[in-house]
Amino acid sequence: MATIEQTAEVGGPPSQGTPGHDPHATSTGVTNTKLAIWLFLSSDCLFFGAFIASYLLYRGRDVSGPGPRKLFDIPFTSATSFILLMSSLTMVLALAAIQRGDHRRVRIWILATALLGATFIGGQVFEFTEFSREGLHVSTNLFGSSFYLLTGFHGAHVTIGIIWLLSLWGMSTRGRLPTKKAESVELAGLYWHFVDVVWIVIFTVIYLIPQPH
Amino acid sequence: MTTVTDEVAVVKVHEPIIVLRRPKSTTGVWSWFTTVDHKKIGIMYGAAALIFFLVGGIEALLIRLQLFQANGSVLTASQYNELFTMHGTTMVFLVGMPMAVGFGNYFVPLMIGARDVAFPRINAFGFWVVCAGAIFLYSSFIPGVNGVPNGGWFGYTPLTSTPIDAGFLPGHGPDFWSVGIILLGIGSTTSAINFIVTILNMRAPGMTLMRMPVFVWMMLVVAFLTVFAMPIITVALIMVFTDRNFGTLFFSPAAGGDPLLYQHLFWLFGHPEVYILILPGMGIVSETLPVFSRKPLFGYAVVVFSGIAIGFLGWGVWAHHMFATGLGPVAVSAFGLSTMLIAIPTGVKIFNWLGTVWKGAVRLTTAMLFSLGFIAMFTIGGLSGVLHSIVPSDTQQTDTYFVVAHFHYVLFGGLMLAVFSGMYYWLPKITGRMLNERLGKINFWTMLIGFNVTFFPMHLLGLYGMPRRTYRYDTGLGWEGINQVVSVGAFLIALSTLVFLSNVIVSLVMKRGEVAGDDPWDARTLEWSISSPPPEYNFAEVPEVTNRDEFWHHKYTEDDEGHLVPIPSGGAYGSTDADKHDGHGIHLPSPSIYPLVMAFGLLPIAYAAVYQSWIPLVIGVLILLFGMYAWGIEPSTEEA
Repeated sequence: MATIEQTAEVGGPPSQGTPGHDPHATSTGVTNTKLAIWLFLSSDCLFFGAFIASYLLYRGRDVSGPGPRKLFDIPFTSATSFILLMSSLTMVLALAAIQRGDHRRVRIWILATALLGATFIGGQVFEFTEFSREGLHVSTNLFGSSFYLLTGFHGAHVTIGIIWLLSLWGMSTRGRLPTKKAESVELAGLYWHFVDVVWIVIFTVIYLIPQPH
Repeated sequence: MTTVTDEVAVVKVHEPIIVLRRPKSTTGVWSWFTTVDHKKIGIMYGAAALIFFLVGGIEALLIRLQLFQANGSVLTASQYNELFTMHGTTMVFLVGMPMAVGFGNYFVPLMIGARDVAFPRINAFGFWVVCAGAIFLYSSFIPGVNGVPNGGWFGYTPLTSTPIDAGFLPGHGPDFWSVGIILLGIGSTTSAINFIVTILNMRAPGMTLMRMPVFVWMMLVVAFLTVFAMPIITVALIMVFTDRNFGTLFFSPAAGGDPLLYQHLFWLFGHPEVYILILPGMGIVSETLPVFSRKPLFGYAVVVFSGIAIGFLGWGVWAHHMFATGLGPVAVSAFGLSTMLIAIPTGVKIFNWLGTVWKGAVRLTTAMLFSLGFIAMFTIGGLSGVLHSIVPSDTQQTDTYFVVAHFHYVLFGGLMLAVFSGMYYWLPKITGRMLNERLGKINFWTMLIGFNVTFFPMHLLGLYGMPRRTYRYDTGLGWEGINQVVSVGAFLIALSTLVFLSNVIVSLVMKRGEVAGDDPWDARTLEWSISSPPPEYNFAEVPEVTNRDEFWHHKYTEDDEGHLVPIPSGGAYGSTDADKHDGHGIHLPSPSIYPLVMAFGLLPIAYAAVYQSWIPLVIGVLILLFGMYAWGIEPSTEEA
């Protein structure tokens, strides 16, 4: 009977047992933590959605100051975007490695993902300093306000992802990330891919759609 | 416990790292600060909401004193602004939402046959964040802080977003308001995610979705609304805050910014928020009406689907708050139509409730009276709501007391009457004692009369043209007499609230109330199958569910002619078991201090944001990181 225990927060992978007979079994078969991450990401969609909608509303409405056409260096941002996209590949490789039980490669791929993410952030910092040198600040015009806040919050998300990955890496080096905890890597991966997908939307909306001025 | 696979055998067993000594006790004052028990957290939510109901009520009484006569001089204009802002903010974010979350916390796991919520520590974190947010908001009242929010609970731009030095709203009011609500949003989002995961994942065997009590269903819909609505207001508040403090131009018309964007974002959150507040009330009466009519809920599936329909349609009506802003005929017609549409599932529910009571063996207990009061008052509020979908009529009523009358009928006549019903219905389960029915009936009738004396005349005031949010009015406008009636009514509500409090104190705190027993109402759902108050582990044996209204079917069956027959051993499961069962062998999540640590780490960060100071920021981030790290390495269940 399902009397014995219910350690709620430690979900563990979905088990093969009959529901109700395994203390870790959930009604849907999806673990609690994974469901929670999906819900958090769906909430975050609305967060970015509201910023993106505001950016689109204000496109081309500036009354003064430098605009996107003058500032953007599309090849440079395309390169850093490509780097961020590649980090999704290394993330997948990290997950595959831990599911195989290859812990050396788990650490390599996690570190690679974090490094690629950090490179992207470096590119963003460079871009921000360039723009500000050319006279675009949050208070310059609507483009400045909406561009810096939208991409800034995205950058903050990537940074949190990097910290998350580095702590997974630290756990793995101390042997605290065994194969049965593969889901920890999967959860970080879900977050990481989400942040990547959001960037694809942001990159398209901000950089690729032709600029009015 | 586990079959040892080759995998597990290889992994080294680590000694748990202990940062702070793990709290062990589950009794005493300190245990409340470290508890991860959903029932204790539910009680704390309820108590906090009740305290803020009194605070918000006192704010309302001051407003009513000021308006008692023409050219009132009780409050200054700026004090009046602060009070109506904090009254609205308090009642929405610190009373309505935490009250529903409190009931949900306590009863959702019990109703679905679970021993706890999915994330007990995150649950505690959510509560402490709400607590920190409340402390933060109300710390603005400390003399010298000069930061009581004063731009309305809706905080329209550009009034709230214009930088301080422009002198629109001097002081830190909008800063405390925006940062405070972002904090509360963090709390409610985490608790909403916890609810969804708990309801979807932690149901007892056999508890299919369509066997869940309607209250659980409504909390599920509310949780989804919260998860999607909160990020939108967060973005709007971030923009207000950066506009005010860092020079962004989102809502600055001079720079091409559009203040209407704020209204869209705010109401895109704000209208779902209305349903976040009312759906739990609908859930509560959907539990009490069948119990006190001795009939199953009429049209269970329709009630559930109407609730879901409201959850979806609630996203398509927000601009009816903005009809007076000149959106253009197409948008206005579309939102008028969608507003009429959402009245349909709401109306359907009202007929379902009436159908439940119809020809039932009705027992007019206090809980039942409050539920019936809910139906009547909510219907009036719903009808005046439909008036607002008719655009010309709405344009006439915008910013008058008619609107104030409408939403108080929905939120007080709706939510709060349902909350009182829930109190009389469920407090016996929580405390093991019955509330006094005589005082209860005095409580109900004074509340119902006081409520109508307060809010019905506001319809008239609105139609006579009295504007909202005006701190004084002249003589000779014909508003004086009605305002005096309204103010008297408000004090009647206050009196009724005191009756309720004394009932709670006498019956529950001083333990003069009758002993409730496991199932005082002959009820239908699983929470009544266990002892009152429930044991820490809820269910000694997780129930196998075979029916909707599972507990009822455990107690009664039908004979060949369709008459109700008690089952001899009926109602026995769980309770007798619990007598034998001391809970030994049931591993519950252990208490933890880190949810509290992390939540209160957010407080210095909030002050750092308002005062743009580095020191509290660093302190807050350090506390937060420490809490996060210690939480991460602390196992959720301590091995005994």
